[in-house]
Amino acid sequence: MKAYITRRLLLAVPVAWGVVTMVFLIIHMTPGDPVAIMLGESATIADMESLRSELGLDKPVLEQYAKFLLNVVSFDLGNSIYTGRSVAESISTRYGATVELALASMALAILLAIPLGVMAAARKDTVVDRVGMALSLIGVSMPSFWIGPLLIIFFAIDLKWFPVSGRGGVESLVLPAITLGTAMAAILSRLTRATMIDTLGEDYITTARAKGLENYVVLFKHALRNALLPVVTVAGLQLGALLAGAIITETIFSWPGIGRLTIQAINARDYPLVQGCVLAIALSYTFVNIVVDILYSFVDPRVRLR
Amino acid sequence: MSRLPTTFIFGVVVTLLFIFTAMLAPLVSPYSPLEQELYAGLEDPGTEHIMGRDRLGRDILSRIIHGARVSLTVGFVTVTVSVVVGTFIGAFAGYAGGKVDEVVMRVTDIFLAFPGILLAIAVMAILGPSLNNVIIALSIMGWTGFARLVRGQVLSLREREFVLAARSLGASDLRIVVFHILPNVVAPVTVEATFGVASAIIAEAGLSFLGLGVQPPTPSWGAMLAEGRQFLLIAPHMTTFPGLAIMVAVLGVNFLGDGLRDIIDPRE
Repeated sequence: MKAYITRRLLLAVPVAWGVVTMVFLIIHMTPGDPVAIMLGESATIADMESLRSELGLDKPVLEQYAKFLLNVVSFDLGNSIYTGRSVAESISTRYGATVELALASMALAILLAIPLGVMAAARKDTVVDRVGMALSLIGVSMPSFWIGPLLIIFFAIDLKWFPVSGRGGVESLVLPAITLGTAMAAILSRLTRATMIDTLGEDYITTARAKGLENYVVLFKHALRNALLPVVTVAGLQLGALLAGAIITETIFSWPGIGRLTIQAINARDYPLVQGCVLAIALSYTFVNIVVDILYSFVDPRVRLR
Repeated sequence: MSRLPTTFIFGVVVTLLFIFTAMLAPLVSPYSPLEQELYAGLEDPGTEHIMGRDRLGRDILSRIIHGARVSLTVGFVTVTVSVVVGTFIGAFAGYAGGKVDEVVMRVTDIFLAFPGILLAIAVMAILGPSLNNVIIALSIMGWTGFARLVRGQVLSLREREFVLAARSLGASDLRIVVFHILPNVVAPVTVEATFGVASAIIAEAGLSFLGLGVQPPTPSWGAMLAEGRQFLLIAPHMTTFPGLAIMVAVLGVNFLGDGLRDIIDPRE
C-alpha cells in the first residue's frame, strides 16, 4: 500500500511540473503581448518597458522560466498589479467558497443521479429507462450559463425563494449548486445505469433473485454496492472538473470564489493574478485526481497491481 | 438494426436544420441581426418579433439565426482541426510504439491535467477575444481526446492479421497506416467527432458568455445570454431564447452521436 501511494505521488511530480510549464508557456509564448494588453492602447513605450522589467519579462525566457519554477515551489506567485496584494493570499481567501460550491454540487448530483440510474437500469428498455436517459442527455446539453439565469428568473425573481446572487447562508448555495451540478448528475446517472446493467447480469444477482429476495434488496444491497465503484471514481474525478466549471457558475451568481476571481483578473488584465488562478485551479485538479486514485486503491485492491 | 430510434431521427433532423439555418441565415432571417431600433429596446415577444427584441431593439430571432453561423463554424472547424491533429499524433504514437508513444502520451496527459474549459480561458486571456482565437483555443484543448482514441485503436489494430499480411507483402509503414489501419478508425472517430461538435458549441457559447469569445455586434448565442443576464428582471426573453437555441442544437448533435454509436457498435 505504502509503495503504491509513494509511486502514485512520484508519478504526479512530472504531471504537476508539466502543468506549471504549460501555464508558463501559455502566458509567455502565445503571440500576444501581455504588457500591451495590460496597459491598453494609450500606453507609452516607456510605460511598457518599465512594466516589462518590473515583471521580469525583459529577461531571457529560460531565466524567466527558472525564476517562475522557483517562485511556484515557494508559493510566491507575485503581486496583483491592481490591488498590490499577494496573489497567493488573494487566491487563498477565495478558495474556500469554490470548494464549498463544488462539494455541494457534487452531493446534489450524486443524490439525483444514483436513484435515476438504478431506476433506468432496473427497467431497462422501458419507457422509464428511455425518459430517464433522454432527461440525462438534456441535462448534459443544457449549458450552465442558461440553467443559472433560468433558475434565477423562476426561483429568485418570481418565487423569491432564494437570493439572486452572492454568498450567504445555505439558501444562497442552492441555485449555484443546481446550476453547477446538473451536467454532472446527467453524466453520473448514465454511468450508474450502464454499470448497474452490467452488474445485474452477474450470476450472484441471479442467485439472490432465486433465493426469493425482494427486488429492492437485490437492486440496492447486492447490485448497487458493486456497481457503485466506477461511479464513485468518476464522481471523484469530476470534482476536479467542477472547480473549473465553477468559473462560469460563479460569474452568473457573483459567487466570491476563485473562478470569479479568474474572470475578474482577466477583465482587469492582471496577468500575475490570472497566472496564479489558472495554476491554482489546474494544480487542484491534478491533486484531486491523485487523491481519488489513492482512495480508490483502498476500495479496490486490484488497482495497486496495475 | 430493426428500427431507428426516435432520438436518432430527432438528432438528424435538428442537426440538418441547424446546418441549413446557419448556411442560409441571410435568406431565412426575418430582419437584419444588426439593425437597431432603440425606441423598441427590450420589446416583449409579439406577432412581428416572435422572440422579442434586445436592448438595442434588434430582432432576437434574427440574431439567433445568424448566431447559428458562429456556433456551426466554431463547432465544425474546431473538430476538424482537432481530428486531423489528434489522428496524426495518435496514429504516429500508436504505430511507432515504445519511447515515442510514451513521450506523446505523457504530453497529452499534461493537456488532460487541465480541467475542461480552463485551458481555453487561459489562452483566450492572452490571445484576446475573436472568432479565430476561439477556434485556436478550443483546438488546443480538443486534439488530445482524438489522439488518445486513435492511439488506442492503432495499438490494437497494428497486431491484427490483415496488417501483418500487408507488411509481409512489402507495404510501407505509411501505406499500412493510411490504407489499412486508419480506415478502421473512421467509425469511432466519427462518433467522437459528433460529441466534439456539441462540446465545442457549448464551449464557444461559454467563452462568449464570459466576454472572451466572439465580440459584438456579431451575434453569438453565448454573448446574447450574457447580455440578457443584465435584463433578467425586465426582459427574460433575452435569456430564454438564445439558451433554448444552444440546448436544442447541442441536444440534436448529442442524440445524433448517441444514435451513430448504437449503429456502429450495437453492443453498447
